[in-house]
Amino acid sequence: MTMLAPDAADISLAPIDKADVKIDVEDLNFYYGKTHALNGVSIPFKQNAVTALIGPSGCGKSTLLRTLNRMYALYPGHKATGRIMFDGEDILGPSVNLAMLRARIGMVFQKPTPFPMSIHDNVAFGVRLYENLPRTEMSDRVEESLRRAALWDEVKDKLHASGLGLSGGQQQRLCVARCIAVKPEVLLLDEPTSALDPISSAKLEETVTRLAADYTIVIVTHNLGQAARLSNYTGFMYLGELVEFGETGGMFTKPVTGRASDYITGRFG
Amino acid sequence: MAVSAARVASRRIVNLVFVGFCGLVTLVALTALALILWSLVTQGLAGMNLNVFTKSTPAAGTPGGLINAIVGSIMMSALAMVIALFIGVLAGTWLAEYAGDSRYGTVVRYLNDVLLSAPSILIGLFVYEILVAPFRGFSGIAGAVALSLLAAPVITRTTEDVLKLQPIALRESGVALGAPVWTVIRRILWRASTGGILTGALLAFARISGETAPLLFTALNNQFFSWNMTRPMANLPVVIFQDALTPYPDLNRLAWAGALLIAAAVLAVTLVARAFHKEPRHS
Repeated sequence: MTMLAPDAADISLAPIDKADVKIDVEDLNFYYGKTHALNGVSIPFKQNAVTALIGPSGCGKSTLLRTLNRMYALYPGHKATGRIMFDGEDILGPSVNLAMLRARIGMVFQKPTPFPMSIHDNVAFGVRLYENLPRTEMSDRVEESLRRAALWDEVKDKLHASGLGLSGGQQQRLCVARCIAVKPEVLLLDEPTSALDPISSAKLEETVTRLAADYTIVIVTHNLGQAARLSNYTGFMYLGELVEFGETGGMFTKPVTGRASDYITGRFG
Repeated sequence: MAVSAARVASRRIVNLVFVGFCGLVTLVALTALALILWSLVTQGLAGMNLNVFTKSTPAAGTPGGLINAIVGSIMMSALAMVIALFIGVLAGTWLAEYAGDSRYGTVVRYLNDVLLSAPSILIGLFVYEILVAPFRGFSGIAGAVALSLLAAPVITRTTEDVLKLQPIALRESGVALGAPVWTVIRRILWRASTGGILTGALLAFARISGETAPLLFTALNNQFFSWNMTRPMANLPVVIFQDALTPYPDLNRLAWAGALLIAAAVLAVTLVARAFHKEPRHS
């Protein structure tokens, strides 16, 4: 179906120093009922780095992302096998406390999903699940989170207005603020700008860049420019397999595998 | 030429005939509605006076009013709505959030739809058998239960429908913060669906406010003013039914006044429901 560059390798996974790996996925298989969506995926996500997952639609990148916080556990029939080591503990293990796991691994979705409540309460929602903060400390936490999500200046005078009244881009940054208010260690971003206009996308990218110093970030994106701009490492997926993984600079200038090369140069996708 | 002039002309005629027919049928339906409203408003207003709101059911030949029936109707409808909201919101939530396509869920959904269109007199007989006959007495509570059985399926259905309209991503973002599903439902989904659930509740109220058959078997009637829901209770539909059948003109007028009251209450409730339905949704 595509032209493969001659002599290209089929699979290329750059070796990585495991010392500062935050999440280490080993031989992950995922099933939607009988559909085998991920096939033996092994990929490291490094601490305080941004890793981008790219690939054509249906390649399994969102599926991989959704195993990292066990979102799939909501749906009967969805099953993952293999190991996902997160600070030495297997996320897929039976004894994992899902609420605590999701407090440590936050997620932002494709479409903005503000809750039907005030801006302040949106950000406080997750915090209240875990901590019983006095009012002033809660306001501080809300302000800090909104500042880090680069939304504070736009909403500081209307914290008690509904979150639904914000623009799409503001809503998405509100979702980022809501996510980091819980003080997670990892941020999962599932195509976070695909529903936003270019200016809002740029603002969200700035936000992600600023957060990158303190969080381990995994971003799924269809926007190759975005992957190149934001990430330190990139994984290219195809038909449920991780085909190529390495430093972003190398991958975008000199992809090793034919598939990645074709995808990045726009020959398919 | 691809399109012939004759063809265009014939299409235009067919279109005119069809639009004319639709308009005519609409006119017939609206005329019936207008005539009903006209006789209801004129006759109802003629029977309206202060006694209607201050006096109870009269003995023949003496002046009287509807206050016992108005209060009875409000009390029974209110209790019925409390019961129906409790059952309906929880059942609808279960159907939308937990049942999925399971066999049990499918059966419950189907039975609820059957109940939705069950003849109200059957509901009345059913409550008579379980709450009136065993306790040897008609009561306001039995009336409220019968009305709640009519309202609950409506609320169940609308609750399920509006919850299913909420985006999956909204549920997942609650869960992604570490909230249990039950918390996500209570604090996020119900709040996002309040307008729709209220609309359903108000429609259910409109449905039960004019029901006569189930009350004949349960609350029966009461000539006197009463707050006691364990005893027979007056209510507008049954009073209208009885007063309208008497040969006395003053009782007939009272029946018209009661009918106008019910229609006005339903109209008010429908307007409120509309207002909620139009609540602007930011996306």
